[in-house]
Amino acid sequence: MGRFVVRRVASTIGVLIAISIFTFLIFQAIPNGDPALRLAGRTATQTQIEAIRHTWGFDKPIYIQYLRTMEKIFDGSVVSYNQGFNVEEEIRRDLPVTASLALGAGFIWLALGIVFGALSAWRAGRWLDRGLTVLSMIGVSMPVFFLGAVLAYYVGDKWGVLPPGDYVKLTEDPWGWLEHLVMPWFALSVLFIGVYSRVLRSTILDNINDDYVRTARAKGLSERQVMIRHVLRNSLIPIISLWGLDFASVIGGGAILTESVFNLHGVGQYAAQSVQALDIPSVLVITMFGAFTVVLLSAIVDVVYAALDPRIRL
Amino acid sequence: MSDPERLLEVRDLRVCFQTEGGVVKAVGGVSFDVDRGEVVAIVGESGSGKSVTAMTLMGLTRSANASFQGSARFEGTELIAAREDQLRRIRGARIAMIFQDPMSSLNPVQRVGEQIVEQIRVHDHAISKRAAGERAITLMARVGIPQARERARSYPHEFSGGMRQRAMIAMALSCSPSLLIADEPTTALDVTIQAQIISELKQLCEETGAAVILVSHDLGVVADIADRVLVMYGGRIVEQATLDELFYDPQHPYTWGLLGSIARLDRDRTQRLPAIAGMPPSLVNPPEGCHFRPRCPHAFERCTQVPGLDSRLAQGSGHLDRCWLSPEQKRKLRSVEGVIGLASDETVIA
Ligand SMILES: Nc1ncnc2c1ncn2[C@@H]1O[C@H](COP(=O)(O)OP(=O)(O)OP(=O)(O)O)[C@@H](O)[C@H]1O
Ligand code: SF4
Ligand SMILES: [Mg+2]
Repeated sequence: MGRFVVRRVASTIGVLIAISIFTFLIFQAIPNGDPALRLAGRTATQTQIEAIRHTWGFDKPIYIQYLRTMEKIFDGSVVSYNQGFNVEEEIRRDLPVTASLALGAGFIWLALGIVFGALSAWRAGRWLDRGLTVLSMIGVSMPVFFLGAVLAYYVGDKWGVLPPGDYVKLTEDPWGWLEHLVMPWFALSVLFIGVYSRVLRSTILDNINDDYVRTARAKGLSERQVMIRHVLRNSLIPIISLWGLDFASVIGGGAILTESVFNLHGVGQYAAQSVQALDIPSVLVITMFGAFTVVLLSAIVDVVYAALDPRIRL
Repeated sequence: MSDPERLLEVRDLRVCFQTEGGVVKAVGGVSFDVDRGEVVAIVGESGSGKSVTAMTLMGLTRSANASFQGSARFEGTELIAAREDQLRRIRGARIAMIFQDPMSSLNPVQRVGEQIVEQIRVHDHAISKRAAGERAITLMARVGIPQARERARSYPHEFSGGMRQRAMIAMALSCSPSLLIADEPTTALDVTIQAQIISELKQLCEETGAAVILVSHDLGVVADIADRVLVMYGGRIVEQATLDELFYDPQHPYTWGLLGSIARLDRDRTQRLPAIAGMPPSLVNPPEGCHFRPRCPHAFERCTQVPGLDSRLAQGSGHLDRCWLSPEQKRKLRSVEGVIGLASDETVIA
């Protein structure tokens, strides 16, 4: 366990450095990426631009610029080029939105993925399984922006059942929080439910012919006990680790589309806006934050995996 | 039927599987008895229907593509037609089963002790978890697992093959079944511990009074413990005899072949008789008449009719076989260079 932690911390640092350098370099290569021009505004004179270039340090060699940006990121003083807001404060403001979205959706897609996958495997080849197969195909191929927009339009605007967008703080109005998030949760979950139920179905059908399942039957367990205690218990292991990684990517800004459709000011939307504005500091911080979440959660996934499957050693 | 010693009575058991390649007649009319405390071995080569016969008794072959005929009466219950919930009360409690591969037969993510506890508690609803745990440890110690208390907390992959099979045996015996079905219990194990496990199995069953159906493709394995032997070929029993009768007076040419291919320490490699030439019969389109006919060097006209499983030696003898040859012919034909074996054109003894 000790060695595992050391190894993971080392590789996390490595990943963060690599990602930050890579992101930084990409922005140097982008045409029209010169931040001094945009900071100075449309009507600026050449001298003004030069002055900005000098005060912001854009005339320094690129590795100095990189190191200085990193330094600012770590002492928390990094500001965006565009509006001059503190980037880390922005993220801290947007994170609860994304976390609310990810937690609710993650719970929904895990629970429904397991229920549909298990039902599908249990009734393999029957009409229930076929129905669920079709549904999951539809779910997997339904783009979030389309599904989200349709939901927001009909359920939200036209029928007025649920608010079509925006975020309400949980601490201020719990019921409003829930009301505003139900549709985004659902829209974000649909794809994952489809994928998870398919994965679980095929894992169960693989495991169901294993020898230990036959042993479980030979012990006199009921079919339900055999399925839940033995088959499902073994089949859930890959699903749980898959969930950890998907959850991490949603937290790290992967829910851009859902956030945009429902006008949720989360990390994903912040990332999208920053990229559009070629705002290097924000993009850097968000990318590193996303990478960090993914690495951290995958370490947690490994620990959980080892706890669920004793054959795995950390 | 009224014999109190009789534990299991199988009559004309037939099992078919519907497959894409046609109907597989895996078991084609098998009848035999098992008495209390008796060790009955089922031997035969791969695909002869041994496992299907054994598993069908516990209802483990039931599936959408399987169909069953005949009967198997066990302690007053008809097993073949039994409802699933009736069978469930028998499985693990009255009939227990151990399988070939102890690694894959134990749940990889459940502690060994827990798996035994689960077995105890399915059938004994009154016992506490703690008491069941203690029983599991006692059972593990009894089947020869050292430091049973600590080992109960281990997972199957932390056990050696022999220890895993001992754990399976402990689990199987935990509810004191009156019948233990062991399907190739030592095939996946090291040769060095095979004999050990078999003799421990025998001893444990003697102590608990459990009868055993021992399935094996190896006559050498069953020789140590079987009271009676059923030889299966192509889904049928072709010979049924006591162990001594089978070894000293085998009646069916297929049995001769099996005996000839047993490794014997007193003969070196070059002297061993070859294994039976030819392929096992198709179970979808089995040969007409005697199933062994295509491979039998002694086949004659009559063999296109199915020989019954009859007592051909003496009236009323329990030694049965399915071969049209007369006992005198058999006596003459079965000996090759003074050793029992299946003589054929290819038989060359160096
Ligand atoms: N569920 C099934 N569906 C279709 N065919 C089956 C099924 N189970 C068994 N069979 C077939 O029935 C035949 C007998 O199988 P069985 O497992 O009883 O053989 P065996 O004597 O135990 O051989 P082995 O020594 O290989 O274990 C085989 O040809 C097998 O392919
Ligand atoms: S009945 Fe005929 S074919 Fe079958 S074993 Fe006897 S001699 Fe051979
Ligand atoms: Mg078998």
